[in-house]
Amino acid sequence: MTGMHLRFEDVHYRYPAGVEAIRGVSLAIEPGERVAIVGQNGAGKTTLVRHLNGIFKPTAGTVHVGDWLTTDHDIAELAARVGYVFQNPDEQLFARSVQADVEFGPRNLGVVPEETTRRAEQALATVGLVEQKNAHPHHLSLSERKRVALAGVLAMHTPIVVLDEPTTGQDAAGIDMVGKVMDTLAADGRTVIVITHDMDFCAEHFPRVVVMTNGQIQADGDARTVFGLAQTLAEAAVEPPQLIRLSQRLGWGYSPLNTAEFVEYCARRRSERVG
Amino acid sequence: MIRLDGVSYAYPDTVRPVLENVSLDIGRGTIAGILGASGAGKTTLAKIIAGFIPHVDGGELSGTVSVEGQGMGDLQLAEAVSRVGLVIQNPFNQISGARYTVREEIAFGLENFGVARPEMQDRVGEVADLLNLGPLLDRSPYELSGGQQQLVAIASMIVLRTPVLVMDEPTSQLDPAGTRMVFDVLSTLRGAGITVVIFEHKLELLHQHADVLYVLADRSIVAAGDPTDILADAHLAEWHIGSTRYTRVARAAQKRGLLAGLRHLPVSLEQAVAVFADDGGAR
Repeated sequence: MTGMHLRFEDVHYRYPAGVEAIRGVSLAIEPGERVAIVGQNGAGKTTLVRHLNGIFKPTAGTVHVGDWLTTDHDIAELAARVGYVFQNPDEQLFARSVQADVEFGPRNLGVVPEETTRRAEQALATVGLVEQKNAHPHHLSLSERKRVALAGVLAMHTPIVVLDEPTTGQDAAGIDMVGKVMDTLAADGRTVIVITHDMDFCAEHFPRVVVMTNGQIQADGDARTVFGLAQTLAEAAVEPPQLIRLSQRLGWGYSPLNTAEFVEYCARRRSERVG
Repeated sequence: MIRLDGVSYAYPDTVRPVLENVSLDIGRGTIAGILGASGAGKTTLAKIIAGFIPHVDGGELSGTVSVEGQGMGDLQLAEAVSRVGLVIQNPFNQISGARYTVREEIAFGLENFGVARPEMQDRVGEVADLLNLGPLLDRSPYELSGGQQQLVAIASMIVLRTPVLVMDEPTSQLDPAGTRMVFDVLSTLRGAGITVVIFEHKLELLHQHADVLYVLADRSIVAAGDPTDILADAHLAEWHIGSTRYTRVARAAQKRGLLAGLRHLPVSLEQAVAVFADDGGAR
């Protein structure tokens, strides 16, 4: 599976009630990139990514998904390219069993029944819900329902996967599992876009970070650089990951993105001091 | 204040209990945090304390549950609701669906309690100020973002002024600023004598705000105590509960042979700064 490039060009979006939620966003994402979009509630993150699967069409500007202009294609067509995991799983789940729900997406894309079943089983194994495959989704906990919704999108094998707050309501094991899914998707070459408030998760799994405020992009770059922009982050009400806050308090001038980087840097400082 | 003695519970048509022999004793004006992996029974425990179990969900409940000395099992649901406000996990499901504006939504519970209109208006205004909801009061609850809906759900419970608030992951949809605001509001309510039971995964904030933490695992309470002690407990991983990055990185540093002689693992930023500043950090 290969990813697909995405391009927003001077996109504006105004809700019918008049609120301008996106105010001139230009953003290019390469095939196979992992990009996190962060920012406070109401910054326009969800509105922006809903342009990718055609739920919203720009009021002005253009959005390309691969070689398609989104205004030329409807939601059903775009679903073959963009898998979208909603923030609220109850917007997404409707079948009477977990397995049927996960099979809906690929079947709708015209995948043959045997392959649909195989993909659903594989996706349910990935999210750790094989035992619940015959359960009614609404008898599951919120964290399990979110994982069903994720499995449904995984089974579609889309080149682009968009996830809106995938870690909320997940416990430590659930967050680790979602992180591994992100890494696997990236290893498959798929383009992954996440919206998240969980900056620790973001630093550990997303090499590129885009910061939004008031419908505009305030910063866009590699995670280490962006998380070092103290002023920009403060203005966007984004709190850096715990390990970066710690390194800043220690006056390191280095932003470790994960535990291994932190310990490695700490050991090096110590050996330099001893030496 | 909130007392559970030997509480066990199984949902209708199931054999295996979700909770077994749970006992808790939470004092008035306390913020009690409850940790647990997904499926540990946190939502069930929240509903038991709030009286929704067995009144709404049915099932087999044994043991005793009391709030302010009153057995919850002896109360009608309406009376239970006047003592314990429950903020459920998914805000999308807490919005009543019966009101057109945020203002009416927050007032909905007060209407049901028969509160006079002038007082209702005052109380809605007060809670809207507390949670920065003033600019949203005339919007439809369904036009709001997930985070904004969550604040409305919290406001609709705080406005009832119940002596106890039970909150099931109340900040899951909120950004860091919104999350801090909610925790600050809970600390203010504690100062006014309100007792808060909060089920949360955000360990750093629990450490800052909770007076006591309980760990729910294997269908029962397996640990209880001071937040610093609980969050540094080596068994947390066995109970499938994470730890703060500060604790994780200190453990990893110890494995690497750093932090020799460290006796207490850090669980907060301040503690981690102290630990790492002594070992190759700030100097």
